[in-house]
Amino acid sequence: MGDNMKFIRNSLLVSVFLLVTSLGVLAQDAKEPLTIYSARREELVAPIIERFTEDTGIAVEVRYGNLAEMVAMILEEGDESPADVFFTQDASGLGALAREERLIPLSDDLLERVPERFRSDDGLWVGISGRARVAIYNPTLIEADDLPASLLDLTDEKYRGMVGWAPTNGPFQGQVTAIRVLLGDEVAKAWVEGMLANDVVTFPENTAVVQAVVDGEVAIGLVNHYYLNEFRAENPDIDAENHYFEAEDVGALVNVAAAGVLDSSDQPEEAQAFIEYLLSPDAQTYFATETYEYPLISGIDTIEGLLPLDELKPPAVDLSSLDDLEGTIALMQEAGALP
Amino acid sequence: MKLFLDSVLTYSSRLIALAVGLLAILPLVYLALRAVDADSAPLGYLLSVRGLEVISRSVVLMVAVMGGALALGVPFAWFTSRTDLPYRRVWLALGLVPMVTPTYLIGVTYIFAFGPRGMVQGWLEPLGVERLPPIYGLFGAALVLTLCTFPYVVLPLRAAFMQVTPRLEEAAADLGAGRWQVFWRVILPPCYPAILSGVILAGIYSLSDFGAAAIMRYNNFTQVIYLQYTNSFDRNRGAVLALVLVLITFALLLVERRAAHRIEHITTGSPEAARTVRLGRWRVPALAFCSLIVGMGVVVPLVVLVQWLTTHNVSRAVDYNPLTLTLNTFGVSAVTAILGTALAIPLVVLMRRSSAWAGWLGRLSYVGYMLPGIVVGLAVVFFATRYLPALYQTFPVFIIAYVMRFLPISIGATQNAFAQVNPRLEESAYSLGALGWQVVARIMLPLARSGILSGAVLFFLAVMKELPIALMLAPTGFHTLSYRIWSAYQEAIFSQIGLPGLLLMLVSTLSIVFILRQE
Repeated sequence: MGDNMKFIRNSLLVSVFLLVTSLGVLAQDAKEPLTIYSARREELVAPIIERFTEDTGIAVEVRYGNLAEMVAMILEEGDESPADVFFTQDASGLGALAREERLIPLSDDLLERVPERFRSDDGLWVGISGRARVAIYNPTLIEADDLPASLLDLTDEKYRGMVGWAPTNGPFQGQVTAIRVLLGDEVAKAWVEGMLANDVVTFPENTAVVQAVVDGEVAIGLVNHYYLNEFRAENPDIDAENHYFEAEDVGALVNVAAAGVLDSSDQPEEAQAFIEYLLSPDAQTYFATETYEYPLISGIDTIEGLLPLDELKPPAVDLSSLDDLEGTIALMQEAGALP
Repeated sequence: MKLFLDSVLTYSSRLIALAVGLLAILPLVYLALRAVDADSAPLGYLLSVRGLEVISRSVVLMVAVMGGALALGVPFAWFTSRTDLPYRRVWLALGLVPMVTPTYLIGVTYIFAFGPRGMVQGWLEPLGVERLPPIYGLFGAALVLTLCTFPYVVLPLRAAFMQVTPRLEEAAADLGAGRWQVFWRVILPPCYPAILSGVILAGIYSLSDFGAAAIMRYNNFTQVIYLQYTNSFDRNRGAVLALVLVLITFALLLVERRAAHRIEHITTGSPEAARTVRLGRWRVPALAFCSLIVGMGVVVPLVVLVQWLTTHNVSRAVDYNPLTLTLNTFGVSAVTAILGTALAIPLVVLMRRSSAWAGWLGRLSYVGYMLPGIVVGLAVVFFATRYLPALYQTFPVFIIAYVMRFLPISIGATQNAFAQVNPRLEESAYSLGALGWQVVARIMLPLARSGILSGAVLFFLAVMKELPIALMLAPTGFHTLSYRIWSAYQEAIFSQIGLPGLLLMLVSTLSIVFILRQE
């Protein structure tokens, strides 16, 4: 065979090979799985999502990411967004999408499974599990009596350099939004600036904050209640306790992990089926016993040692009103907590 | 028939060149579009206190790293090339390992080891050490980046040291110059271009690096661009910062190119081997110096990684399949390396044949160096969501982003490889009636094979350790080693970093061995 013929033959073979491979790759998308964008951590929700697939046979693909990033992503993707469900660890993320009219209403039957205060006023999202904001602290570094009654008191001189936070964390941004709604933008901005001036330490995520408290790197961390249980399950002897701010203080916020169906979804029934599954007794028991959160449907017990949901005294704020994530981020940028 | 084939191939290579060129320009177009968006007055941000702070922080880090690379690189290059230091090649190979190890990996091991309540503090606690000074911030970022970039000085400088004419040194010695004088006034000056080129490359790398600054919580350009991307609805500020970053990098690259050209003119081509200098009583300090560098660059990360590997995984750690992760990473790296190399060959052939294309393509290849991965990622997301929504978050776009980012590596390696081939061979082939592509296929490629292969290996490595594109553009559910390490770091589940980290270091070290053998 002449050299040229060999060359042509080889090129044809390579091209056919490439074509077949690319067809193979494209063919993967033939059967569309349900696409979930989850701002919740993979280690917390992957097991229950897998169980959903096992029980219902519906294949699922999950994209994990930062809350604000995924909200921005969904908004930028627009109608072409591949996401069907948005599952967040804070209602403010869904509020932001509701504000931009990107969510479709859920069925009444679904909504009525949880108390009114834990779902959207317009039926656009529903709470899945409850979480209380706390200040986790290391008792060897600070005594319980020295802890402040109010979140706003942490800007006091005596807490200089002792507090850690994660400003990129969704629920933290939700907390700041709550301060804005309850006490106004001025107070919120002053608090953020005060914390920065008081040498607050920045971490990339809540778990890093808690690890630092446990290690003794910082004395106090602003996180959610269940991290203590999570870390204790690993090692019962850690030096850490949860401090709840006083009744109705803005720092005593109770928020919810929540889910909604996107208007860009081409599988709204399967999407709603997923949310229904999350509100089933099975899944709610999972959230109570494996992630140490507050189940929201009736009839499921919280784990021992956790202050019951009814005994928490959160500030009176409508979770649906925490929808201006963009404004909160702009405020945090101006104050210098975010670049 | 042969003529027809030749013209078909010529035209297709021009088409490829155009396509690659457009792709390379895309990120710049993106940045320009964002910058002129009237909505958020991004220029105002740039000139505000905040904006200027970010810029100055990046410049300070860059200068610190350049200084560090100089301080470590010059002695290390000297010791491993011109002295009688025992086991020179071993020291060299070990010293080069951080160059191919991801900066975020080294960063993570350092904060675990030297954090205020980290590993070393734990060892020192019985001695009463409660806390170590924080390693975060400028110091930590500069330290990690220096370790990872000083090899950029070492590699060209070694070659330069070994090419200084021995006769000059002998003559100087004969005229009564002491050893130090010979070094400073005879040996070092011709090597200045190599040093300059290396130091600037180190600086450029530190400007565009994402991992080290992120881990060390130092808010420089790339960190701020990423934080704004992930925590803001306003994408314009990040774009304006990126433009400034690109401009600074461009200026540095111009200087570096000038220096690199001067290196070529200085080489003497003398066949005499350079003299080996006897260290005598400097042997111990030299060994100590090299051990310190290798200790910091290789031993510390390895010790921490092994410690993590042997730590029982916390139960909150997500279950992942290391095999899938590794296959994913290797698969993507291999595909992009092959594609990049395949694209580079016609481009380089075109550049050699025609000076018009050479200028245009040569400059384009700089663009890839100028753009940090984060910017390429942002640009691809922007254009994909608007114009190619069906392909968004799929493999083709993912792979294109990597090729855009790292194509300069294969272009550079292929150019060098072709340049090594004796031009007489090419000339003879032409005079015997061979057509362009026959010459390439039957003479150039076989002879340039090892150089091209080295380029492919470097490309493979670059993709393997890249982080921002893997975070932003990976298809949903497709996780790579770098993604896993990053997630584990964010959640402070350090034990999970052990296995992927060791895998990355192993592959990096093997590739060093491979590349050094090509030398």
